[in-house]
Amino acid sequence: MTTTAYDPNVVLATKTYDVVGTRPIRHDGADKVTGRAQYGADFRASGVLAAKLLRSPHSHARIKSVDISKAEALEGVRAVITGKDFPESGPDDTVTSSLGTFKAKRVREHCMATEKVLYRGHPVAAVAAVSPHIADEAVSLIEVEYAVLPPVTTALQGMADGAPILHDDVRTTEGGEEKPGNTNVAAHIQYKKGDVETGFAKADIIVEREFNTATVHQGYIEPHSCTVFWNKDGKVDIWNSSQAPFDIRDATAGILGVPLSDVKLTPMEIGGGFGGKWEPYVEPVAAILSKKTGRPVANAMTRAEDLEATGPTPGSYVKVKMGVTNEGKIVAGQAYIAFEAGGYPGSPVDAACQCVFAPYEIENALIDGYDVVVNKPKSAAYRAPGATHAELASEAVVDELAEKLGLDPIEFRLANAAKEGTRRVDGPLFPRIGCVEVLEAMKNHPHYTAPLEGPNRGRGVAIGFWVNAGLQSSATINVNKNGTASLIEGSPDIGGSRVGLAMQAAETLGIPAEDVHPAVVDTNSIGFTVGTGGSRVTFATGWASYLAAEDVNSQMVERAAMIWEIDKSSIEMDRGVIKSKSDPELKMTFKEMADQMDDTGGAIVGKGTIDPTGVGGAFAGLIVDIEADPETGKVSILRATIVQDAGKAIHPSYVEGQMQGGTVQGIGWALNEEYFMDDQGRMANATFLDYRMPIALDLPMIDTVIVEVANPGHPFGVRGVGEVPIVPPPAAVANAIYRALGVRMDRLPMNPVAIMEAVWAKGRSDGSSLPSAWA
Amino acid sequence: MPTKTHVQTRINGEDVDFLCEPRQSLLECLRDVVGLTGSKEGCNDGNCGACTVNHDGRIVDSCLVLGVEAEGKEILTIEGVASPEGLHPIQQAFLENAALQCGICTPGFIVASKALLEAEPNPSEQRIRLWLAGNLCRCTGYDKIVRAVMDAAGKM
Amino acid sequence: MAGGTDLIVLLRVNPERVNSPELIVDIKEIPELNELSYSATGGLTLGAAVPCYKIYQNPEVAKAYPGLIDAASLIGGIQIQGRASIGGNLCNSTPSADSIPAMIAHNVMCKIAGPNGTREVAVENFCTGPSQNVLESNELLVSLHFPPSPDNFGARYIRFIPRNEMDIAVAGAGVSVVLDNGTLKSARVALASVAPTPLLVNKISEALAGQPANEATVQEAGKLAKEAASPITDMRGTVEYRKHLCDVLTRRALAAAITRAKGGTVDAD
Repeated sequence: MTTTAYDPNVVLATKTYDVVGTRPIRHDGADKVTGRAQYGADFRASGVLAAKLLRSPHSHARIKSVDISKAEALEGVRAVITGKDFPESGPDDTVTSSLGTFKAKRVREHCMATEKVLYRGHPVAAVAAVSPHIADEAVSLIEVEYAVLPPVTTALQGMADGAPILHDDVRTTEGGEEKPGNTNVAAHIQYKKGDVETGFAKADIIVEREFNTATVHQGYIEPHSCTVFWNKDGKVDIWNSSQAPFDIRDATAGILGVPLSDVKLTPMEIGGGFGGKWEPYVEPVAAILSKKTGRPVANAMTRAEDLEATGPTPGSYVKVKMGVTNEGKIVAGQAYIAFEAGGYPGSPVDAACQCVFAPYEIENALIDGYDVVVNKPKSAAYRAPGATHAELASEAVVDELAEKLGLDPIEFRLANAAKEGTRRVDGPLFPRIGCVEVLEAMKNHPHYTAPLEGPNRGRGVAIGFWVNAGLQSSATINVNKNGTASLIEGSPDIGGSRVGLAMQAAETLGIPAEDVHPAVVDTNSIGFTVGTGGSRVTFATGWASYLAAEDVNSQMVERAAMIWEIDKSSIEMDRGVIKSKSDPELKMTFKEMADQMDDTGGAIVGKGTIDPTGVGGAFAGLIVDIEADPETGKVSILRATIVQDAGKAIHPSYVEGQMQGGTVQGIGWALNEEYFMDDQGRMANATFLDYRMPIALDLPMIDTVIVEVANPGHPFGVRGVGEVPIVPPPAAVANAIYRALGVRMDRLPMNPVAIMEAVWAKGRSDGSSLPSAWA
Repeated sequence: MPTKTHVQTRINGEDVDFLCEPRQSLLECLRDVVGLTGSKEGCNDGNCGACTVNHDGRIVDSCLVLGVEAEGKEILTIEGVASPEGLHPIQQAFLENAALQCGICTPGFIVASKALLEAEPNPSEQRIRLWLAGNLCRCTGYDKIVRAVMDAAGKM
Repeated sequence: MAGGTDLIVLLRVNPERVNSPELIVDIKEIPELNELSYSATGGLTLGAAVPCYKIYQNPEVAKAYPGLIDAASLIGGIQIQGRASIGGNLCNSTPSADSIPAMIAHNVMCKIAGPNGTREVAVENFCTGPSQNVLESNELLVSLHFPPSPDNFGARYIRFIPRNEMDIAVAGAGVSVVLDNGTLKSARVALASVAPTPLLVNKISEALAGQPANEATVQEAGKLAKEAASPITDMRGTVEYRKHLCDVLTRRALAAAITRAKGGTVDAD
């Protein structure tokens, strides 16, 4: 066993509980380590047909004709459809889910194009056949005539005069109004605080840097999959791998033009999402094929389809300018952020604008954000969407300012850190937050002061902020006669959340975590629950579970009142014991009361539903040591410590897991992940061979420190933890590379070629000869 | 109808036979023909290890083995790792160390780790990381997986 | 098909590259293709279907040909090494193949069988272009023969990849030397991923013969490797970067080969 002189996983707990804060085995664990858990592609329906999609080979083209006759004639094919098989969209028709309200025409065209294809992989037709291999063969027999158009591949290119226009109905919304004229800029967002000109005039040191980041993908190991059955009674049954059952139900119902009560979605276990499994892709297609054939239809995407045609995070251009006084106070900040929305509007540029300067108290700021359509797949959320791009830039500039001031990077951040009462540039006042505490914990960690000796080595730090989400969740608790309970909820368990929900319920009921049995159920079986994401499950669904448990407790108090023949106001329940406030003889345990349910009115069912306020924003910080090979530009991660404020770590192991996993995704984004686009706007590396995510051999252990600054808005003080850990790593790694090699990188990924080119450019520009190591 | 081959093999200690087309991979046969869905498809081209099975004593990507090649072989899938008596120490270690989040990569990691620990009872951290280089995980960052394998090594 | 780790992928995504076959023949049961026999005087006969793991698990072979083990132990990860063969790696004939520079460094001869009998081809002449080789459509690669290593022989294969495994070589260098009392009696350098085929750089062999095995010679070899390379820019690297890597990797592999020739060991990559 690797041993260290320090504890690699620390919890700075601020309150202890009976169950919350412990580390029970997750309830779904045995199924998942034995291969019994059923994921999306494991679902088996009798009589199922396999669906495969024909996808555009071009990144931008008009569809002139589609001929499906040869495909229809192939033996084994049961149906072939095109976009014309979707319901017709009136100009004002819309589709709504928790992501918002969108033009139905656009949503349907995204599902299957009839007029234009806007990215390589955009679906144009689909086949249902008796085997996936026959379906594949049939797809290759569909003939489509395209008029190829020049593609737009970056946001800046899309914004330039004379750029090819993707949509003739996209208008720039700005300040709530639509500006006239054809454009690729779907939105211009602006936030202002104070006056930046005044601010910069006060600054003694100003740094302005530009960054370009490549498109990256969530990279969940399980591709999208679904099985859909449109029954003769009009009911549509969906089983899929998804993180947002109600959202996908609602969106699919809208796309199909059926009432959402006719659609039931059963979420299977999910093999990763990170925001990329929140919207329907193939579900409506499979539904229409099912209606046509009268049979269930199943589809699992290939890895190439997943990379090319689902929802990566935008590529971006970010420019950040910040000014400080010689005393080390940040007095002005300005940001220009342009995001590649992909083929349809809706990138997370607004969130990027909200986060870019959020960790700091800045009097004067101006932030401009642009949502630009380009010929790439329509972007989707990826773990703190928008924040990583923005805070790469701001944290690199902060690092440079600290260096110019001669200040320690953490001390400089502490002197300007956001606190309770700080007003964010986009308006909200911070409630109690843990920014300072995270910085202090970083400063105090042995990693920060450990010697780092040797050439080409450097240590970098960065912090990150993410807004987190509240949103609606529901939960039901059914008490069993033997004093156990089942917890029914609708939040797909992507990272071990069901055990955290069970623990919050167990804590409130006063019974062990093992005695609460959590189940993730379909959309007909639980109250409305927004998807698993936004760092909200442990927070919001946990709160709903807590409310359901409180409801159970109050019913138990009522039953006790019945049994003891006293008023319920004189009874209290605490830590699983119901007792009379005045008579110490009158008490019973949860288990004893459960045993008496039959005689006191029957089953006890508790419910909880919530749309919470009091969401606590999340802060994280990374300390990373790297070694760069000065001859190849390859960066090795020597040591990493991620510090994060969790408010309250319900199950510390799974909080650590989120921190470690997010850190490693951030490292992959920093070093090697990118969509290589050819000159026709097509992704050249749609495999896990060349879309290079970190492997076990690329990394050391990822040490963790959980800080607990209780979120006053939650019964246990929970702050969502799932997203923010991905935010600091790119900037922290960039800052470490600077210290190792003397170059400030201005792009992601910072792959070996990019690093060598930066090193060579530096050598040529400052006229220095190359060090002898490379002669 | 394409002609199918009759394959006779042994899976998880049991004689199994099935029909398959030559173009169907062992992974597809396990999942869709034999009904063992524990091995997963993540990439179908040998780059993620989610389909890892033990094939005649060696771990392989079952997406890169054809179903017909299983004739006469001894195959172990995730479904064969636990015994009637209980979970394998590696499975238990994964649970105790919280070495899984979404769990999709877990079957591949368990089958791969089992082969390692049976051949090398006390591997170093770097040896574990090298052995598992062909298994991608996107959720955990590998830390707890490596700790679980080291933990299991001490208990086997 | 031997291990199938390249062929099965091609059949799924790019069958034209292997002439869209209608029949696959599994050659793993053919005895000659599974030969793995070594003697100090006879050298190593490596059947075309022998999977990588059998090579590095064989203690005699591992001891005699560490330069071959360098390549066999880094192709694709443990699962791939459970199936993939060096013969298959050679027949796939991509310029980035990891085993080919190592084999060129070892003066390997390829035994090919066809309807007219068998013939031998030096491994540096086997590949004729990207995914093209000398095999006629009715021929089969049977085995690879590694001559016995002379005294004071050392070989090393190093490649550059952005991660630490699972990547295709951006560039690679397979180097072997024979030392004679601190002088390079001979040297062979072959490069991966920087030409339409794996590239044996004869200029380096000529320039290094008789030179002292020192830093200056190593630097010279690196320069010549950089000059000889004619890479393309693609998603794995640029022309400038790959040429630069040829210099770096040749120097590192040559230094390591010299260390091995002197009886020393080098760290795993």
